[in-house]
Amino acid sequence: MQLTLWTYEGPPHVGAMRIATAMKGLHYVLHAPQGDTYADLLFTMIERRDHRPPVTYTTFQARDLGGDTAELFKTAARDAFERFQPEVMLVGSSCTAELIQDDPGGLARALALPVPVVPLELPSYQRKENWGASETFYQLVRALLASRVPPAGVDRALRPDGRKPCCNLLGPTALGFRHRDDVVEISRLLTGLGIDINVVAPLNSRPTDLLRIPDADFNVVMYPETAATTAQWLKRAFGQPMTTVVPIGVNATREFIAEVVALAGLAPDLAGSDDVGRLPWYSRSIDSTYLTGKRVFVFGDATHAIAAARMAEEELGFKVVGLGTYAREFARDVRDAAKRYDVKPLISDDYLEVEEQIAEAQPELVLGTQMERHIAKRLGIPCAVISAPVHVQDYPARYSPQMGFEGANVLFDTFVHPLMMGLEEHLIGMFRDDFEFHAEASPSHLGHSAATPQPSTETPQDVPAKRTDPVMVSEIIWKPDAEAELKKIPFFVRGKARRNTEKFACDRGLEVITVETLYDAKAHFGR
Amino acid sequence: MNAPARNLPLPDSRPASSGCLNAPVLREHGQREVFCGLTGIVWMHRKIQDAFFLIVGSRTCAHLMQSAAGVMIFAEPRFGTAIIDERDLAGLADANAELDKVVERLLKRRSDIKLLFLVGSCPSEVIKLDLSRAAQRLSRRYMPDVRVLNYSGSGIETTFTQGEDACLASLVPELPEADANGPPSLLVVGALSDIVEDQFRRLFTDLGIASVDFLPPRKSSMLPAIGPRTRCLLAQPFLSDTARALDERGGLYLPAVFPLGAEGTTLWLKAAAEAFDVPPDRFNRVIAQPEARARRALEHHHEILASKRLFLFPDSQLEPCLARFLSRELDMNIVEVGTPYLNRTHLAGELALLPEGTRLSEGQDVDRQLDRCREEKPDLVVCGLGLANPLEAEGMTTKWSIETVFTPIQGYEQAGDLAEIFARPLRRRQRLEV
Ligand code: SF4
Ligand code: SF4
Repeated sequence: MQLTLWTYEGPPHVGAMRIATAMKGLHYVLHAPQGDTYADLLFTMIERRDHRPPVTYTTFQARDLGGDTAELFKTAARDAFERFQPEVMLVGSSCTAELIQDDPGGLARALALPVPVVPLELPSYQRKENWGASETFYQLVRALLASRVPPAGVDRALRPDGRKPCCNLLGPTALGFRHRDDVVEISRLLTGLGIDINVVAPLNSRPTDLLRIPDADFNVVMYPETAATTAQWLKRAFGQPMTTVVPIGVNATREFIAEVVALAGLAPDLAGSDDVGRLPWYSRSIDSTYLTGKRVFVFGDATHAIAAARMAEEELGFKVVGLGTYAREFARDVRDAAKRYDVKPLISDDYLEVEEQIAEAQPELVLGTQMERHIAKRLGIPCAVISAPVHVQDYPARYSPQMGFEGANVLFDTFVHPLMMGLEEHLIGMFRDDFEFHAEASPSHLGHSAATPQPSTETPQDVPAKRTDPVMVSEIIWKPDAEAELKKIPFFVRGKARRNTEKFACDRGLEVITVETLYDAKAHFGR
Repeated sequence: MNAPARNLPLPDSRPASSGCLNAPVLREHGQREVFCGLTGIVWMHRKIQDAFFLIVGSRTCAHLMQSAAGVMIFAEPRFGTAIIDERDLAGLADANAELDKVVERLLKRRSDIKLLFLVGSCPSEVIKLDLSRAAQRLSRRYMPDVRVLNYSGSGIETTFTQGEDACLASLVPELPEADANGPPSLLVVGALSDIVEDQFRRLFTDLGIASVDFLPPRKSSMLPAIGPRTRCLLAQPFLSDTARALDERGGLYLPAVFPLGAEGTTLWLKAAAEAFDVPPDRFNRVIAQPEARARRALEHHHEILASKRLFLFPDSQLEPCLARFLSRELDMNIVEVGTPYLNRTHLAGELALLPEGTRLSEGQDVDRQLDRCREEKPDLVVCGLGLANPLEAEGMTTKWSIETVFTPIQGYEQAGDLAEIFARPLRRRQRLEV
C-alpha cells in the first residue's frame, strides 16, 4: 500500500481509453463501477473533445455483486454493439472488476458478435496509464494483423522502382501532449523529404486503416511510451524497420531526418536541410546571453524529459541540474541521459519526492508537468510545462507542436518565456532598489503575480515537518548588514544565495553570517 | 412580469394541487454517468479544517480525486489515497498492517490532523477490507490526539453527494450527548460554505433561536451535541443516512423545503421558526428585507430564463430542488428532472411544489436519457462534466451541474447567484458571434 497525494498517471484502462477515443469505429466496453465514468471528463473537459469517449461502463453496484455481474456485462456489451455499431470492440475490466474476475473477454466471445472483439488484460494493481495505452494499441494491431503475418523466412518485398517511399506514424493518442500538432509537423517534414505517409495511428484512424500498416516501408515511433511495443512487434512480424530518434529539438530533428532518409533509401544529401527554424539564431543572438548556464530541472515522461534536457543544454546553453521521470518503464533511458549531464536521475512517481528534489537542486527554471508547475509556483521558481499530465490550458488553440523545427521554435519560446528578459535582468542587477525594478517585481511581460512566490493555499501547519531547515542551519544568525546586503541580490537568485551562504557557514561551523561570509560563500560557489 | 407565479406561497397558502408528490417516477437501471461518493471529499476537506481523508483504494480512486479536484492543487492536500497493490491483494492480514503503516507515516508528518477518515472504495469493499475495525484499532492507538472514523465513498455503494451523507453519518455517533433537560436547540445538517453558514446564523439569532449548531463543524473539536431536545434541519437533500443516524440519537427531524431561492429559503427558515414557536410577525419582520433583496436579485435573470425549457441529468440529488426553484421563481419550463436517488420523505415538500406533470426520473441509463434529451431539444441542459461539451457540440446549451455543489447557492443572498449560474450559459450563447 502506498500513500499517494497526486498521481502522474491514471490507471491502465485510462490508457486504453486514450486509444479508443483517438480512433474511429471502435467501442470499448469497460466493466467498472459508476465512479469510473469520471474518466470521460479528461477527454471532454481537459482536452475539450466534442464527443463522448466511445466507452460504455457497466456501472455495477454493490447489490449486483451477489447477483450476476457477468450478465450485466453481457447486456451492456450487446446494447453497446447495437447502438454504436463499431467495427471492432474492446472489452476489459477496471480495477474493481478485475477483483470480481468476470472475464469480459470470454463473456464477449460468448455473445458471438459479428465483429472482432479484442479482450484487454490490463493489470490495474501493477501497471499504469501509459503502459495501458501501449498495450491496448499493441493488442489491437496484433489482433487485426496476426492473420496477415508472412511465414518465417519470407523476406519483405522490395519497394518497386519509381514508387515513393512511405511510412506510418505510430503513437499519437487522445489526451496526448501536443500530439495533434506533432502529427501535422512530422507529416509535413516527411512529405517535404519525399516520403509519403501511409497510416497515422491510433489518432484519427479506423480499424480498417490499421490493416494497411504493413504496406509501409518503415514505422516512425513518435512516442515510444505508446508505440514502441507495437513497432517492435511489426518489426519482428513484418520486417518493418522503425525509427529510434524522437525529433524534439533542432539536433534531434536533424538526426531524425538522417535516420528516415536512410530508412527510406533516399540520397543522404537530402538530410542536410538548411531550413532548421529560428532556434539556432535566437539562441546565438545576444539577448540570449543571459540564458547561459541557467540552472534547469527537468521532469516528465521519458521522451519529453530527455528531449527537453538535451535541448536545454545543447541548444539553449542552460545547465541541467536535475532530470527525472515518473515512468519506470523508461527508467534506463533517463538514467543514461542523466549521466550525460552528470546529475542523479530521479525515477519516481511520488510527487512529494519530486518536490523535495526540486527544492534541493535550486533551479532557476523548472521544465515539467502540471504537477511541477504547482511545485514551482510554491517555490517561486519560473516553470514551463513540457510533458503530460497537463491541464486544460496546455491544449492551446494555436498550432504548437513540440516536434520538428517548428517544434523547436515553440520550445525555445516555451523555455524562455517564464524567465526575465536579458536586459531586464541586468537592470535589476544595476538598480536594485529602484521602485519599479525592485526585487519582488516579476518579469514585466508576465503581469504581476507570475513569479512571486505563492503562499500556500493551505494553513501554515500544512507544510510538512521535513521541509523545514535542518536544526544546524536554523541556529545560524544573519547580522543585519549581511541581511541587508542579501536583499540587494536579485530576488530570483536570492533564495539560492541565502541557502548557499548558510550551507557555507554550516560547513565551517560559523554561527554568524556577516557581509564577509556572504561574499566568501559567493566566491566559493562561483556565483 | 408574471407576478402571480412568483408570489410567495407560505406553507399555509400552499396551492391545493399536490404537484408531483404522487407522480410516477421513471426508474432507470442502465449506465450511470455520475461520480462516486469519493468526490464529496473535494468539498468536505475544505469544510472540516483539521480532518484528513484517507481513501483506501486504487490508482483509479486517486486519479478520480485529482481530476475532480482539478486545478485545486494544494501545497499538501488534506486528502490522499492509500493505493492497494498486488502484495496487499495476496493476503488480508498484510493489508491491515500496510494500512497501519501508511497511517503512522501520515500522522507523523501531519501533526495538524485531529480527525482521520478512512474512506472505503470499491476495491477495499470487494476485497472486504474491514475499515471499521481498522478505524477502531487506529482510534485506540491515536486517541486522544487523533480520532479515526470510517465511511464508504465507493462507487458500488454511493453516488456523488452520498459521500457527504456517509461522512456525516459516520460523525453522528461521535456527537456529544445534549442535556435532555436543556433548552431546545437547532442543528443545521449538511455542508454549507462558511459565508452561507454565517448568514443563516445571523437570521436565526434575529428570529430568537438562541442555540444553533452546524454539522459538519469547521473543526472536529467543535462537534455539536445531540439529544431529544435537538431539532434537525437538513440543509441538503441528500442526507438520508445522516438523518437516520440523527434520529437514532433522538434528534427531531424538521420537514422542510430546501433553502434554494427566495421562496425555498423562506420556507426552510419557516420550518425552524415554527419548531421554535417564533411569533409570525417576528418571522415576517426578520425575513422581509433579505427576502425582498433576493427577489430583486432574481429579477435580473427572470427575462432570460422565463419560459425556457430545462432538462436536468441526474448528478447531485439537488435536481428536484433546482427544478422547483427554477420553475417557481424564474418561470422556467421543466422537461425532465433526473436524480440519482429520490428520497420521497425528505423531498416531499419539494415534490409538492413541482408543477404537475413534470417528468421525474431516478437512476440512469445515460444513452437512453440522451436520446430523450435530443428529442426534447431543451433550451438548457444541466449535466455532468463528461456530457457538457459533447452536447454543446450538438448545439445544446449546457450548465455543468457540479457548479451547484461547489458554489455557495443557499440562502437569500445567494439566490441571485444561483439564478445566474443558469442564466450565464444562455447569455453566452446570445453574445457569441462565431
Ligand atoms: S467508483 Fe470505485 S474504484 Fe472508481 S473511483 Fe470511485 S471508489 Fe474508486
Ligand atoms: S479548469 Fe480543469 S478542473 Fe476546472 S472545470 Fe476546467 S477542466 Fe475542470
